[in-house]
Amino acid sequence: MKSEGSESLPQVRVVSPEVARENRAWVDDLSSNGDRREFASRRLYEVLLRAARAEVGRRAARLRLVGPEVDDIAHQAAADALLAICGKVETFRGDCKFTTWAYKFVIFDVAAKVNRHFWQRSGVAFDDDDWDRLPARLGIEPEAHAESRELMQAVHRAVDENLTAKQRIVFVALVLNGMPTDVLADQLGATQNAIYKMMFDARRKLRTALVDAGYLAEQQIA
Amino acid sequence: MTGWPEGLERLLTTDPRDVGCDTARAVLHVYVELLAAGIDAAEHYPGVASHLAACDACAEAADGLLAAVQDEGLHGGPQPG
Ligand SMILES: [Zn+2]
Repeated sequence: MKSEGSESLPQVRVVSPEVARENRAWVDDLSSNGDRREFASRRLYEVLLRAARAEVGRRAARLRLVGPEVDDIAHQAAADALLAICGKVETFRGDCKFTTWAYKFVIFDVAAKVNRHFWQRSGVAFDDDDWDRLPARLGIEPEAHAESRELMQAVHRAVDENLTAKQRIVFVALVLNGMPTDVLADQLGATQNAIYKMMFDARRKLRTALVDAGYLAEQQIA
Repeated sequence: MTGWPEGLERLLTTDPRDVGCDTARAVLHVYVELLAAGIDAAEHYPGVASHLAACDACAEAADGLLAAVQDEGLHGGPQPG
């Protein structure tokens, strides 16, 4: 994986004059005082709440979450995102519509809240070491479980023999137990980026081990 | 082969272009606006595209962000001031 920032990402994109004008109005209003700021905050809250509700709905349907707490999450996420946006408004670079930038805050806030809620409900321990879950977690149909047993044992062995203690914890939590990355990051006091990097290295090591042992073919990358 | 190692292949296949979560998230708003405009975002940001193909958390957020942008496009965005 490339180290952070090593890809030369174009940092500033040019937006249309109309969008630039709208953006400037948002930034000026939110950076001002009194009624002007209050009015802009309220308008932005409505925008964020609409996006939060849609996002909570999208995620809740997939995770089969229902109940009044689902709409509470949308309200909390919109309020938390508003606070974060107002605190960071001067960091907005104007490389997209202001609302697109603002949606990013609310989308990630909804994700964190929904994932935490989902995980608390699941009652699974992140370090639950049940390897019988592996085939299902890899999308292997029950009728193919017997056929895949040898490969699953090879994966288990490769995890035990090739991963560091930390990589093993991450593999077990994410793969065996289906823990969301952001919840695991909180649990371990790490960033999501660090968890992703650990898992990335683990994936590479496991693949190499399984290729060496003759279970998988060499990776062909474009 | 009956196709069952596919899930394992998908899990273990890594792309050296993958930029990781932080870099992908730093440009996700730009990436998604390109997608919404029908522009090939992956061509502009191959490392981000590669990350989104492998990271469920970021891919899900990109889907959500795109949905929000498209919804605003449909209903007309809020007017400031
Ligand atoms: Zn990611």
